[in-house]
Formats: sequence, structure tokens, C-alpha cells
Amino acid sequence: MDQSKASMETLTLARRFGGPVHSVRIDAIEPFAPDAVAAILALVADNLNASAVFAAGTDRGNDVMARLAARTGQPFAANCVDAEPGSPVSVTRFRWGGSLLESALLHSPRPLITVAPNTFSAEAEPAPIEVDVKPFVAQLDETDLVVRVSDHIDTAGGRVSLAEAKVVVSGGRGVGSKEGFAIIEELAGLLGAAVGCSRVVTSAGWRPHTDQVGQTGTKIAPDLYIACGISGATQHMAGCKAAKRILAINSDAEAPIMLNADYAVVGDLREIVPAISAELRKSR
Amino acid sequence: MRVLVCVKRVPFTGGKMVLAADSMALETKHLGFTISPHEECGVEEAVRLIEANGGESVVLTLGPAEAVEQLRDAMALGIDRAIHLRTDGSEWDPDATAAVIVDAIRTDESATGLFDLIVFGSESADSGGYQVGLRVAHALGRPAVTGLKGVKPEGGSVRCEQEVEGGRDVYVVPMPAVVTVKEGLNLPRYPSVPGRMRAGRKPVATSAPARPAARLELVRLVVPPGQGRRAEVLGSGAAAAPAVVDMLRKIGVV
Repeated sequence: MDQSKASMETLTLARRFGGPVHSVRIDAIEPFAPDAVAAILALVADNLNASAVFAAGTDRGNDVMARLAARTGQPFAANCVDAEPGSPVSVTRFRWGGSLLESALLHSPRPLITVAPNTFSAEAEPAPIEVDVKPFVAQLDETDLVVRVSDHIDTAGGRVSLAEAKVVVSGGRGVGSKEGFAIIEELAGLLGAAVGCSRVVTSAGWRPHTDQVGQTGTKIAPDLYIACGISGATQHMAGCKAAKRILAINSDAEAPIMLNADYAVVGDLREIVPAISAELRKSR
Repeated sequence: MRVLVCVKRVPFTGGKMVLAADSMALETKHLGFTISPHEECGVEEAVRLIEANGGESVVLTLGPAEAVEQLRDAMALGIDRAIHLRTDGSEWDPDATAAVIVDAIRTDESATGLFDLIVFGSESADSGGYQVGLRVAHALGRPAVTGLKGVKPEGGSVRCEQEVEGGRDVYVVPMPAVVTVKEGLNLPRYPSVPGRMRAGRKPVATSAPARPAARLELVRLVVPPGQGRRAEVLGSGAAAAPAVVDMLRKIGVV
């Protein structure tokens, strides 16, 4: 997730609530200690008499805002795609990872809102604003530093990262077996793509969970998503709907994925996928 | 050790979201129900922790009378007993949900001792509020770490691995603690037939707390407009390969 893009989306929504908009960096504390960041946010919001607090709906954004909500006893609306000022504030937020939307009212003197990533069009060129840096002295309690990152494990290992790949080739139930993924791997290799899969595949143990695209897996936004033998359940679409283009390869012309795809090939993926790989080799 | 896992009953959604007539819920007449996916891994982890360390595991849910099915499912996998906070099926906001869970935990702990670990899902599949676990932790004054793919008790502490871009961040916090977990933490087992039989005899403590007024108040649900994609069919079978490669070239992928 591009942090700056998420921040721009958040600022765009926050500006609807009128100015001035103040910005606090979430990486103010290194190594990351979410309770300390929430404590600082609470202090700053009080000092500025903020009418609302916004953050990006990233894992860390939602984590810190929920802690702020808990310590101030206020309601919190996560992953909003829209918000209108007022009393109460009206929000539209994600349910089911975005497969469904919820209109809700936030009854709070200081609404806490996170903005769902990849859903809101940030202003392309926001008008420049005067930057006024205000120093605050945060009085952190020892207990706010109990939860703190103490180590980091690198797992990327040189592979194309699923979350950041420009092209993703995914397989679903239609692939049929663990071994069946050889043809998916081959096509992905030729396209410099990452390999993904649906939840059925990880539940069956054919692929590791780190390959799963979906509401409870990785949410991706590649230039092209190739979905092979994936029916397109809402759980899966919540993870891939931000793709610029979707090519669906499926034996069922009526599968839900066909309605959410830009391009479709109907038939047996076990014949189609190797044929595409062969055609790619031929054209080199 | 003692482990509590909190779960939510949610419908299995298929390819399409269909709303009930009042637009306040999904039409679930034709849908089955399950434990929300992240929490299924929470249940599995609780069972494994007690298998490895001994002690007691407890499952808790806030939900309608039918949610006892999900409590039995958890007990079929090896959880020892259940706490059911029964509702009339109406929506509870995250704040209210956390408040009654805190009350239930305090009551249970005063009788049986502290839970070393309280496990939640990172977020529920349906309402996805990302906050009940953190609110409960704050109210109980316990450290909390979210979105975990690894949970390992080490003496009086728990080592937590949180998935972040490019790897995992590690936190070590003292127990008692609250953790929220994500699918992929483990691969949940299937219940055995004897497990199901035993689950039917395990105790479920039921109470029906009153619902406070919602401060994040649901007004209505809306099915998002379709993305307007109408698939261009490039062909069928292996014969479509040249058309696919032409398309890949056209959009600049090759």
C-alpha cells in the first residue's frame, strides 16, 4: 500500500469538513508503539480542539484509531468511503471488505474516521497550503510503551510481492490440485507476475495463505489480474476489485467473475493457460 | 494456561449480496452460517495452545439464539466450554459489543481466574469494525497486539508476529494480554465425529444483556453499484490464446 496515496485520500475527505486540516505523522514514534501514537493523537486533537480525526484505513491506521477510540470512549467508523459533516456525522463505510456498503450515523462530539484505501479519488493536485509546524511536548506514560515493535522478520525473499505486482495470475478451485498450479506458475513466470489463489485453494492446502487474494487474504490493485478457474465469490472479489483490468478464464460462462471481468475466455483452463504460455514464447 | 476466544456468527456469502426487505441486513434465508474466518483461526490457535500447555479454553459469542451452533462448532474442535451473550438478532455497534464482553469476562474471571490470552479476529467478516478487541483490552488494562500471524507464549510473555509489507513485525508483551489474529495464522482442523459428540455435552453459560443505544448507528445497507465491467469474450478454449496475447500487447503487459 502506497502510504502517501492513502494519506492523500484521507486528506481529501478530511477537507470536506472545512479547514484548517492538521496532519500528524503516524511514524512519530520509532520503533512503532501504537498506544503511544494513540496517546499523542489524543493530546493533539485536544490541543487543536479538532472537530474530527481522520486516518488512512491501513492496518496501522485502523489499529491506532481503535486505540484512540477506546481511550477517549468515542465511537469509531473504520474504512469509510464517504463522510458528510453534520451532527451526527453521516458516513458510508465498508462491510464485507467493500462487497457491501453501510450508511451510518456517528454520534460523537469528535468523530473518528478511517478512509478505506484504494477507493477514494484523491484530489489530483490539491491547492498548496501554508505549513504551520506546531511543536507539542507529549507526556507518554510507561504503559503506552509496553506494546512496541522489538524485531522485524524479512519474508519477501526476492519474489515478486503479491501486494505490489503489476500483474497477478491466480488459480481457484478449477485448477484442481496442488500440482495443477505448475501451469499457473509458468504463465506468471513468463509475465513477470506474482502467483495468487482463492480461499478454497488455501483451505485445501494447495498453496500457502500468503498467496491468497481476498477479503481475508491480500488486497491487490495490479494493472492486470488473470483469474483462472475462480468463480468470483464476494470474498474473493473484495481482494481484487481494485485491479485496473481483469481477465477471467473459466469453464462457466455464467460465473460471477465473468460479470466483474473486462476480458473473458471460456473453457478448460488446463488447455487455455498452457496455450497462452506457448503463444507468449512463440511471439518472443 | 487459560485462553478465551471471541467469535462472531456470520453468513456464508456466495457470488452476490442480496438485502432483506428493510435493507438493514443481508437476506439470509438461503445462506448457511459460519464463524467469521479470522476467528476460525483464533479457535484453532486456542485449542493448540491448550494441547501444548494444558489448561482451559473458552469460547464467547454475542449473537442470536442460533449462534449456539458456532459455539458447538468451536467446542467440536476442542474448546472446553462456552459463554453465550444472547441477542434478539439486531445489530450491536462495536462500543456496545465490547462493553458487554468486558462485563462477561470480569464475571467469568472472578470465578475462575484470569485468562492469560484473550483472542479476537482482526475484524469481523461482515461489519469489519477493527476495534472490539482493542476496546476490551483497554477496559481491562491489558496490552493488545493486532493482526497476528504468529502467537507464541514464552514464559510470562507472548511473542506476537504481525504481518506488515515485506515481512513481519515482532512484539513481545506480558500476559495477561489481548491478541487479534488473521486467517493464515494456522490451517484450522476439521471437527471429528467424536469431537462433535463431545461438543453437545460441553457447558454453555447463557445470559441476555440489554443493548445500549448505538453510537455508530446503522441506517441502511447498500449493494454497491456494479463496476460496469462487461467482459469482452476473447474466445473459447486453447484457440483463444492468440487473442489473449494480442490483448496483453495492446494493454502493454508484454
